Amino acid sequence: MADHREEVAVGNLRAPVIEPGYTFGSVTDKISSIVLTRPTSNGWFVGFGIAFLVTMMLLFSLAYLFAKGVGIWGINIPVGWGFAIVNFVWWIGIGHAGTLISAILLLLRQSWRNSINRFAEAMTLFAVACAGIFPLVHTGRPWLAYWLFPYPNTMSYWPQFRSPLLWDVFAVSTYFTISLLFWFIGLIPDLATLRDRSENHWAKIIYGTLAMGWRGSARHWHRYESAYLLLAGLATPLVLSVHTVVSFDFAIAIVPGWHTTIFPPYFVAGAIYSGFAMVLMLAIPIRKIYGLEDFITDRHLQNSAKVMLSTGWIVAYGYGIEAFMGWYSGNRYDGFTLWNRLHGPYAFLYYLLLFCNIFAPQVLWIRKLRTSPIGLFCVSLVILVGMWLERFVIVVMSLHRDFLTSSWGMYYPTRWDWMTYVGTIGMFLAAMFLFVRILPMISIFEMRTLLPEAEVKPE
Amino acid sequence: MKTTPIYGMMAEFDSASDLVAAARRTHEAGYKKIDAYSPFPVEELAEAIGFHSNRVALVTLIGAAIGGLSGYLMQYWIATISYPINVGGRPYHSWPSFIVVTFEMTILFGGISAVFGMLALNGLPMPYHPVFNVARFAMATKDRFFLIVFSTDPKYDTTGTRQFLESLGPRSIAEVPS
Repeated sequence: MADHREEVAVGNLRAPVIEPGYTFGSVTDKISSIVLTRPTSNGWFVGFGIAFLVTMMLLFSLAYLFAKGVGIWGINIPVGWGFAIVNFVWWIGIGHAGTLISAILLLLRQSWRNSINRFAEAMTLFAVACAGIFPLVHTGRPWLAYWLFPYPNTMSYWPQFRSPLLWDVFAVSTYFTISLLFWFIGLIPDLATLRDRSENHWAKIIYGTLAMGWRGSARHWHRYESAYLLLAGLATPLVLSVHTVVSFDFAIAIVPGWHTTIFPPYFVAGAIYSGFAMVLMLAIPIRKIYGLEDFITDRHLQNSAKVMLSTGWIVAYGYGIEAFMGWYSGNRYDGFTLWNRLHGPYAFLYYLLLFCNIFAPQVLWIRKLRTSPIGLFCVSLVILVGMWLERFVIVVMSLHRDFLTSSWGMYYPTRWDWMTYVGTIGMFLAAMFLFVRILPMISIFEMRTLLPEAEVKPE
Repeated sequence: MKTTPIYGMMAEFDSASDLVAAARRTHEAGYKKIDAYSPFPVEELAEAIGFHSNRVALVTLIGAAIGGLSGYLMQYWIATISYPINVGGRPYHSWPSFIVVTFEMTILFGGISAVFGMLALNGLPMPYHPVFNVARFAMATKDRFFLIVFSTDPKYDTTGTRQFLESLGPRSIAEVPS
């Protein structure tokens, strides 16, 4: 934290993490007023309304799915893993940024994380919730999904612990639980602030109940800090493991295009890549609409852009190794997978993927673009599209032509595939709209620690 | 004077530095049952009131160990004893396949223990607490810093403690009804 204060002093050299001139009181007022006193704008109602309608479309498409079965989707043999798995991996990947920001950057003492960790964690929760829908409905009989968990049952069977699909159940549910705990523990002191500052009787009761009687005692803070740090330490390997386990779903199978050892690191890098893209796509409009440029400064945008640039290169390396191994292994099926990507019926998607994930983001080398919110927003959108295409390439293009030409086929998504996918985006956005309206989207107490007056002067 | 309705004497300060200095002097003056309240974690404060270590790390370690052990043993028991399935002649106790779930269970139980252990050690949730009887204490979650001497402290007496706290230069002093 000390080095941060020096940066405030030499703010003209590098954008500060918080603009100077704030006090404990003004930081508190600025963030809590968004929730407590600021009138809800018409824009919020319109945005939430649209997102809500799209969520209804999701529910409608799921209801139809439950009535009819997965036959309404485009999946068939040989492509049995269509949009559901593509979207699952995409959403889970987006969900990685939140815990990376809150846990890994905390351990690395990157104090700039303090103003973006809260909503990045919220984003993680909502993204993982969206992700969780897909494998569940993809089972075909989601009402029996509890069979995935090991529990004593009258059928005297147990789940198969040698299957990566079961590892996924544990990895994703653990990730969701730990992310939820991390988010909630971070919220407790801020909920106490809202409890003490709200005028509304019911708001007082609700925030007060959630704050559980937090009073900021030194003993409590001491244990709180220990727990927060331990949770960060536990979440750090977890965040790296989740997408590793997701990649095992593919890498442990023998399908050409899946069976590679590069998958775990390249999946994790891709997850962080898309996660930061989503963080920027949310942070840029939010800071503009709510006037939070003093807290989410150009420094945050720049740092996120740099994270995207570096993880983007790891992803590019992954593509390079995949292509290289396709040729160097001498395995004709791997070689064909590469050929099929470059010349097969879905080749245009592969070229689009290379454009979105490798070529287009290189504009981030330009400093001017890294500080331009509109430019960053566009690059982030391109990256999110690119990361979705990557999962499509991996899932569909590997499955549709495997070993025997007699079993080749094509995959075309149906309108129900699209409605489910777009529907989860609506659900994600609806949850984000509610979040920024009813909870402090920036961690108030962690922002206070960034202020120069938070430092205890020696007597 | 056994059943005193007074919970303690509370002093309000403007800055973290003032609070740490005041807490240190109160502790040195022989008051042992004291507490301090701040709107954000102040590292030096726990030290100043004589609170040096907590057991959150131990609770987390125990939770993580239970999670990891039970995760592994569950898989061992299921795969070799309760429901053995022969997959291509591979050994029933195929431990490399069990690592992922063991790891996840370690993290899950460790994380749950850290959070709920912290809350339990802090005595939360606590719907009622006397410090909230002081109206100004609502500022403790915004920008004010408070120090309290509990009436259970052997050195506590209404006038003496008030005089002592006044000597620390607080912004205000209030008696906290129980």
